[in-house]
Amino acid sequence: MTGVAPILPEILLLALGVLVLIVDPFLKRDESRRRFLGWFTASGLLVTLVLSLLFARPAAPLLVYGGMIRFDWLGFLFELFFLLAAGVSALFFMDAEQLNYRAEAYLLLLAATLGMCLMASAADLVMLYLSIETTSIPLYILAGFLKEDEKSTESGFKYLLFGALTSAVMLYGFSLIYGFAGKTGLYDLGGYFTSFNALSIGVTFLVLAGLAFKVSLFPFHFWAPDVYEGAPTPVAGFLSTASKAAGFAVILRLFTAVFNADAINPNWSLILAILATLTMTVGNLIALTQKNAKRLLAYSSIAHAGYAMVGVVAFSQFGMASAVFYLIAYLLTNLGAFAVVGLVGRVTGSDDFSAYYGLSRRNPGLALAMLVTFLSLSGMPPFAGFVAKVFVFAAAVQSGWVWLAIAGVLNSIVGLYYYLNVLKYVYLYRTEAQDEDKHPIAVPRPFLVGLIVLVIGILLLGTVFGPWFGFAAHAAANLF
Amino acid sequence: MQFPFLSVIVFTPVVASLIILTYKPEWKTAVRWTALAAGLIALALSAFVYITYDKSAGGYQFLEKYDWMPLLGISLHFGVDGMSAPLVLLTGVVMTTGVMISWGVDDRPREFFAFLFILASGVFGVFASLDLFMLFFFYEIAVFPMYLLIAIWGWVKTREYAAMKLTLYLFLGSVVSLIGALVMYFSSGRQTFDMLVLETVKFSPTFQKIWFLPVFMGFAILGGIFPFHNWSPDGHVAAPTAVSMFHAGVLMKLGAFAALRVGIMLLPVGAKFWAPLIMGLALVNIVYGAFIASVQTDFKYVIGFSSVSHMGLVMMGFATLTPQGLTGAGVQMFSHGVMTALFFAAVGMVYDRAHTRDIPKLGGMIKALPLVGIGVIVGSLVSMGMPGFSGFIAEFPIFMGIWGTRWSFVAIIAAVSIVVTASYVLLVVRRVFFGKMPEEFEGHIRPINTFDKIALVFLMAFMVGIGLFPVLMVPWVQSGVQHILTILGGA
Amino acid sequence: MEFFTSHLLSFILFFPVLAAVIVLLLPKGNLKVIRWTAFGLSLVPFALTIYLWTQFQAGQPGFQFEDQVNWYTAINSSYHVGVDGLSLTMVLLTTLLTPVALLASFSVSDRLKPYMFLFLLLETGMLGVFLSLDLLVFFVFWEVGLVPMYFLINQWGSEKGEREIWKGVKVQARNYASLKFIIFTMAGSLGLLLAIQMIGVATGSFDLVGLFSNPNWLNSDNLRLVNLLGLPLGTVKAIAFWAFVIAFAIKVPVWPFHTWLPDAHTEAPTAGSMILAGVLLKLGAYGFLRLVLPLFPAESSRYAGWLAFLAVMAIVFGAFSAYGQKDFKRLVAYSSVNHMGFVLLGIAAAARAAGTLDGTIAMNGAILQMFNHGLSAAGMFFLVGVIYERTHTRNLDDFGGLFPLVPIYGGILIFTSMASLGLPGLNGFVSEFLVVRGAFGVGLNVPWQPIIVYTSIAMLGLLFTGAYILKGIKSVLHGPVNEHWAHGEHKLTEINAREIAVMAPLMALILVIGIYPAWILDVINKAVMTVFH
Repeated sequence: MTGVAPILPEILLLALGVLVLIVDPFLKRDESRRRFLGWFTASGLLVTLVLSLLFARPAAPLLVYGGMIRFDWLGFLFELFFLLAAGVSALFFMDAEQLNYRAEAYLLLLAATLGMCLMASAADLVMLYLSIETTSIPLYILAGFLKEDEKSTESGFKYLLFGALTSAVMLYGFSLIYGFAGKTGLYDLGGYFTSFNALSIGVTFLVLAGLAFKVSLFPFHFWAPDVYEGAPTPVAGFLSTASKAAGFAVILRLFTAVFNADAINPNWSLILAILATLTMTVGNLIALTQKNAKRLLAYSSIAHAGYAMVGVVAFSQFGMASAVFYLIAYLLTNLGAFAVVGLVGRVTGSDDFSAYYGLSRRNPGLALAMLVTFLSLSGMPPFAGFVAKVFVFAAAVQSGWVWLAIAGVLNSIVGLYYYLNVLKYVYLYRTEAQDEDKHPIAVPRPFLVGLIVLVIGILLLGTVFGPWFGFAAHAAANLF
Repeated sequence: MQFPFLSVIVFTPVVASLIILTYKPEWKTAVRWTALAAGLIALALSAFVYITYDKSAGGYQFLEKYDWMPLLGISLHFGVDGMSAPLVLLTGVVMTTGVMISWGVDDRPREFFAFLFILASGVFGVFASLDLFMLFFFYEIAVFPMYLLIAIWGWVKTREYAAMKLTLYLFLGSVVSLIGALVMYFSSGRQTFDMLVLETVKFSPTFQKIWFLPVFMGFAILGGIFPFHNWSPDGHVAAPTAVSMFHAGVLMKLGAFAALRVGIMLLPVGAKFWAPLIMGLALVNIVYGAFIASVQTDFKYVIGFSSVSHMGLVMMGFATLTPQGLTGAGVQMFSHGVMTALFFAAVGMVYDRAHTRDIPKLGGMIKALPLVGIGVIVGSLVSMGMPGFSGFIAEFPIFMGIWGTRWSFVAIIAAVSIVVTASYVLLVVRRVFFGKMPEEFEGHIRPINTFDKIALVFLMAFMVGIGLFPVLMVPWVQSGVQHILTILGGA
Repeated sequence: MEFFTSHLLSFILFFPVLAAVIVLLLPKGNLKVIRWTAFGLSLVPFALTIYLWTQFQAGQPGFQFEDQVNWYTAINSSYHVGVDGLSLTMVLLTTLLTPVALLASFSVSDRLKPYMFLFLLLETGMLGVFLSLDLLVFFVFWEVGLVPMYFLINQWGSEKGEREIWKGVKVQARNYASLKFIIFTMAGSLGLLLAIQMIGVATGSFDLVGLFSNPNWLNSDNLRLVNLLGLPLGTVKAIAFWAFVIAFAIKVPVWPFHTWLPDAHTEAPTAGSMILAGVLLKLGAYGFLRLVLPLFPAESSRYAGWLAFLAVMAIVFGAFSAYGQKDFKRLVAYSSVNHMGFVLLGIAAAARAAGTLDGTIAMNGAILQMFNHGLSAAGMFFLVGVIYERTHTRNLDDFGGLFPLVPIYGGILIFTSMASLGLPGLNGFVSEFLVVRGAFGVGLNVPWQPIIVYTSIAMLGLLFTGAYILKGIKSVLHGPVNEHWAHGEHKLTEINAREIAVMAPLMALILVIGIYPAWILDVINKAVMTVFH
């Protein structure tokens, strides 16, 4: 037995959650409370991260706890980044209205993170379903957290309904799998779906429905713009990155463990390729028409799911590695983008582009952070997004999917257009009265810390990408 | 351990950029002097590299290699040969003179110089890079700052449109080439992006014929090849002076150079197959560019279209695949770079004072701005290929190269552009600088400052120096061409 | 000393550049210093040329005082200079006329430094063409000479006068003239440029000495290197021939490519016209002699008829046009077309009959005519300038009966006009006679009928030459005195000492060559014998 190492992060998260619950009643109901809860959660997550890094590192892939968990690098890597995302999000929560003084918000965040960690290492259908629900339910609540805000409530409700529906469909798919295979362990199911017949198509489709919802892949992406727009911005950030990544982790496992037979594979790759293209295109094209920064990011997040999927389609070790790397890069970048948008939205009271006029004069540093995140989203060096995109497209080319790579680059051009457009408003346009220096935008300390961490991460992944891709490759290797 | 010249040259601008970003926005003077210092460092080092390059030994020198991602064979690999050494020098020259000319930028100079220097690092990186992945890395770094520089500090009327058009066009070109490069990487079977290794790979003829065109044209878009040149004149006009200098002076050479390095040198069979098409397109550039330039009424548009024409000569030189043609193209990249930098600097100086670039409205500027006038006269003479100046040294061998191909009549058609260029350039110079100065400008044309003067003289020195003494540049280019010919010969 | 004599030509060639730089560094205000420095320095190349003349061995085949330095090794072009009798004559003309023109420029005061700077650079450009033994370097100097002249006409040309170009737009006459001059010449040189490129690629070198020694410089082997649409050898050579011819024909100028000349000559400042007519036109003729005939002997012979025809058209139409002019300067300009026609006639005759006595005579005449016309044209333009400076008009009708008012000027004018007319005893007669004698001889002895016809028609032209010269003199000097110039503020002042000093060397040479041409004809003749045989 390997002891608790495989689920060390989860245990620590649980402990942290309990601690938050315990500590909360003892705090005074004022300003300092916000600060404390946030910092407490964030530092707790940092501690968890460090401890996991030290003690929870896997050796060779190993199925543990009766086959429920697979202790391998894929799970490990994703867990670390979920912890990072949660920690940074906790920092961002601190200045979000209403989120900040409710311990429940932090608790929900931790719960969702716990669920994601389990998702990334789940090796059994039951565990998979459990972890997906553990992730989703807190997120539904978080999305609808702003009780007075109609949009938020709508967002939470929509998310819940869609999520519940697709989860049910997915569960049905799981039950069919069990019905035909008699087993629930993912790594035992490999031999059962060897031909591309109605059964395997049906089963895969059902399972994929749930997961496609999670990662906002066409045609299950419709919930995303409304949910992201309505949810509190830091929550939207967390949703669009960590939970998407978790969904991808599951997809990676499923396709390498269960639906991996040679007969099925090329066909599903084609289907996924088409879906990826549609996702990218729909996301990008609709993003073009947006006048609201938050909604723009929402649609762009949909598009990025498409880009990440390109790596999966390649279905090679390199492809999987590039998809993992993409998700990590995207996680850092999108969190940063949503963070900036959230801050500006809170200060100016609006998410429209007009709120960004003159931002470069109101706070040059914040504008630069926005520049870094947006350019990384568009795939420009020396930022993480560039390397990530090049690698997924390279993987596609290597596996012979040249048309897919071309579709990807063409989509990138569209993306570049609307990202640059926003930067144009930030740097070129000015406020009505042209008195930006009288209205500076202050960046609160926790925000600053979070942003700096992310920006450094983006730059690091964009320049010294060797070791990071190495981790992703290790994770991918563990899949096969 | 040899001093890592090229790394320092490549990274000095971006380091300076980061330093400048830490300054407070009010510290404008500090920003400017830091920028100038960085420029001078880069210039001095690139001059040193140029002068000490061993032409007789040839090949790639000042080599540096740092493994970056062994998994895929990506390394930070720098080196210059006879073709890139002059271009590195050119970048240093344009960077420094650009800083001098931009001394007066008062709207957020911190961000201006920061972005400009990110651009500069990207350009240096492409010229010095011997790793295909890193070449793209630096290439893209040279693209996005253009958007910001033009959109924010450019000419109010067209800057947003021009900036977006330029960025999207260039990005399109680069991703097309990227796909081609990725295909090459995977087909080579060598698991490396090292261009020195890729040069030795013999891709199948069919492969080369299919992929040469996307790869070459993708880069050549940045070189301004017809029919994808449209971004260039608008981009030139909308950009602020130093950015125009960079754009026409260096950036367009980036495209042509990358087309050479990645297209011609890695896919020689494809190059030979498609050469006639490239020659045809370049011919359109040369002649059409000259004719369109001659009907412009905005001074900057004249220069913009004239750049399209002159870059056509560069690509024509490449397409001939002959020693003379390639040599001429190499010299033309430098000569045109310096010339156009001077032109844009001069236009900028006139515009700053007269607040118009409309040729019919200008006149008599030489009395108020004598050195600018002389600079423009020298630039014009270079532009029309007048012997005694670098333009002739560049253009003559290009034409000889054309004679050496099967399509020698192209030389006759292209030669028409020389006369057209001469006529419009002389007319424009006369109308703007000679004759009577319109009343509204009397007394409002303040003289240029010392930095401006230094920049102008410095640029002129190159044009005259190389014109009279080709030995100052041609041997370098020749040694670079030698290597290219070996690759072509073996194909 | 050894270094000096072995690089004598380079000294002569580049000294004017040094002089130009020195002038540029002089203080701006003191016009006198600038003038005398420029003039003084310009005498140095002249003195050096005299020395060269004395050291030159006439009759020795090949080029002397050769100097060669690698220049553009990548394409096998070197800085290679040398003289033979033909180029020596032209160098003498250039280095003589430049100081004379600078002396004539003493009346210029606007932006004197750039003026002198450009003038001296121009001298190097012209000398370079004459001395060059490398095709590429020839072309370099050929083009380089255009730029200073463009600016001289543009900036210091006559301020009055407008020309209407298309769409009713009016431009200053000097702007029109200068642009036409440079664009016309450059357009013409395009063909030259292309042909030189072709030669460079085919033969692998631009060296003239090498090309001359190899009559088969373009053969079926190297034709493959410059494949021009697959055309055969003869056609390619013919195209190259005409490319050269057109470039030079524009410069000479040969009818019908002459239309730039009247404008350029008329609008140029006095000294500019002197050099333009005196030397620049000779560049074209020199091109024929140095390049066209030796490189394309067969084509020259074949197309000599065309050349002779065009020459005669120049002679006749030039004369008729001159006769019809009201503008004194324009009259002299057309007279240049007229006189240069004789040069081309002689060349055409010699082309057809290379190696024969008649051909040699015609060639001698042509070359001497080049020198002579240089002197007389420079003189005529100067004299027009003299009267213009005083009267500010060039319209012949405005003058009349000026002889009693300015007798010395009148005398000099008549003298120079007679030289231009071809009066026996003065230089013009000698050269024109030789050309006609040679042409007739070629016609009779080759035999070659057409040239007899052409030459006869040229005689008609000569008649009209006399007519327009006399008409000019009559309008200016004779008839009733025009009271306007006799009294008051417009009273004409006599020609002054400086102006006489300008004319003196020209007149002296005109007279000497007219009476005793042997000193120069000898050099020319020996050159012709060695080069063209």
